[in-house]
Amino acid sequence: MVGATGLFNLGHAAFYGIGAYTSALLAKAGLPWALAVLAGVLLAGFVAFLIGIPTLRLVGDYLAVVTMGLGEIARAVFKNWLPVTRGPMGLPGIPHASLLGFKFNTAGRFLVLGAACLLLTYLLAQRLLHSPFGRVLKGIREDEAAVQILGKNVYRFKMRILIIGSAMAGLAGSLFAHYVTFIDPGSFVMWLTFFILLIIVLGGLGNNLGAVVVTAAFVALREGLRFVKLPGWLNPAALQQLLFGVLLIIATIFVPRGLIPERKVTYKRDYNRAESRRAQQRLR
Amino acid sequence: MLKVVELSKDFGNLRAVDHCSFEVSQGLIFGLIGPNGSGKTTVFNLVTGFLEPTAGRIYFKDREITGLRPYQIGQLGIVRTFQLVRAFNRMTVMENLLLAPKNQAGENCLLGVLRTAKVRRQEQEAIKRAADLLALVGLEKVADEYCGNLSYAEQKMVEITRALMTDPQLILLDEPASGINPTLVNQILDYIRRLRGEQGKTFLVVEHDMRVIMNLCDRIAVLNYGQKIAEGTPAEISADPRVIDAYLGV
Repeated sequence: MVGATGLFNLGHAAFYGIGAYTSALLAKAGLPWALAVLAGVLLAGFVAFLIGIPTLRLVGDYLAVVTMGLGEIARAVFKNWLPVTRGPMGLPGIPHASLLGFKFNTAGRFLVLGAACLLLTYLLAQRLLHSPFGRVLKGIREDEAAVQILGKNVYRFKMRILIIGSAMAGLAGSLFAHYVTFIDPGSFVMWLTFFILLIIVLGGLGNNLGAVVVTAAFVALREGLRFVKLPGWLNPAALQQLLFGVLLIIATIFVPRGLIPERKVTYKRDYNRAESRRAQQRLR
Repeated sequence: MLKVVELSKDFGNLRAVDHCSFEVSQGLIFGLIGPNGSGKTTVFNLVTGFLEPTAGRIYFKDREITGLRPYQIGQLGIVRTFQLVRAFNRMTVMENLLLAPKNQAGENCLLGVLRTAKVRRQEQEAIKRAADLLALVGLEKVADEYCGNLSYAEQKMVEITRALMTDPQLILLDEPASGINPTLVNQILDYIRRLRGEQGKTFLVVEHDMRVIMNLCDRIAVLNYGQKIAEGTPAEISADPRVIDAYLGV
C-alpha cells in the first residue's frame, strides 16, 4: 500500500499495537474473538482517519515524521495508561482465537487461521491494487498535481488507503495478541515499523507478492538464526537489528525497486479484443 | 466559455498578473503570449486552482470558479497540460489514459475490489476509447510501454491524450510545442486543430514559438509584466505597435 501510493507511513507499530490491545482487552472482557478482532481492526482504521485529517496534507518526509511520532505516542499510551493496559507489566492471559466453538490453541491450528487471514488480505490487496482505485493511487505516487487536474480528489484517495492499510496492520496486531496470549508495550516499538518497511522495500514497492515472500524468508531467517551459537560478547538482539539496518541500506542502493519489482499492467488482450470486435462489426 | 475578470496575483511585492481580463468563447483556440515572466503560466495556475488570485474573478460557463480546488475545477471540465510534461512515468501509456476518465465506479474501494459489472463495463469502454485515441495519434504501438521510456514528444502526446480522456470542454495547453522538433510540432498542431474541428473542444494555449501561435490560434491576448497589452486576431496582433515594441520586434 505504501509502495503503490508512495505515502510514507511510519506508524505501523502504532496501528499494530492498537489492534492488539483493543482486541485483547475486549476478548478478556468476554467478547467473542471474532468481534474483538473486528473492533481492533475498526479502531485502528478510525485512529488512522483521525491522524489522516491533519497529516495527509503533508507530503513525503513530513508525513513520515508525523506518523513516526504517532508510533512513539501510541507506545507511551500503552506504557502509561495503567488502569487499562497495565503498562509495562503487560496483558497476560489473552484468550486464544476461537471461531464457532473451535479453539485455535495450538501452533498448527493457529497456522491455519493465520494463513487464511493472509490469503484473504492478500487477495483483497491484490484486487484493490489492480482496480481503478489502485490505478489512481499509482498516479498519486507518480505525480499528485497531474492526478488533481484530472478531477480526482487526491486527499480522499490517500485517506482511504491510509485507513485500509492501518486496519490491516490492526488485524495483524490482534492476530499476534491472540496467538502469543501476552502483550506488553515492548512488542510495539519503532523497530517493528522499520522491519515492515524493510520487507516492503526489499519485496518490491507496489508488489504484494514480494512482501509476502520476503516476510516468509525473513521470519525463517530470524528464527533460524536463534540456533546459531554466537560468542558471548555479542548481543544477538543488537546484532540482528544491525544486520537488518545494513540490509535496508544495501537494498535501497542496489535494488531500489525490490527483489520482485512492480508488475507491468498490460492491456494488449483487452485492446485486441476490442479491435477484433470492431472488425467483426465492420464485416457485418 | 471561460471569462477572466480583472484578475491579479501578487507574489510578495511582485505583481505577476495585473488586472488581466479576457474571454475565451466556445470552440476557439485562444493564444496567450508574452515575454518570459509576463505571467502566462501564473494565469494558468490561477484558472486551474493551483494558485488563489489576490483579486479578480474567474467564470466557467457563467459559473464562478474562483478559489475552487484543482480537482473541483477538473470535475467541471477544465483540464490542463504542463510546461514540462507530467506523464506518469512508471505507468504504461494505457494506464495513463485509463486513469483519466472522471467518476469511475471502480475508484470506490469496495466496488473496485468486488469488480462489479458496472466497473468492468466502464473499464472496457475506457479501453476502447483509449485505443481509438491512441490510433488517432499513432501511439498504439507503445500502448503497453512505460511512459518514462517514450520520447519527450510522445510523452507530450500522451499527456494531451490523457487530458482528452476526461472528456473536457476546455483544454489549457502550456507550451505544447516546446522541446519538440518541427515535424512533430506540426503533428501536434494538426491534432489540436482536429480536436477543435471534429469535437468542438475549446483551447487556451500558452506558447513561446510565434510561428506556432500565429498559425494555430484564432485569437490572441498579449501579456507584458502581467498586464494585457493587446488582444485580437493573429493579423491584428502582428501589426500592433505595442506588441512589436514589447515582444515581436526584439
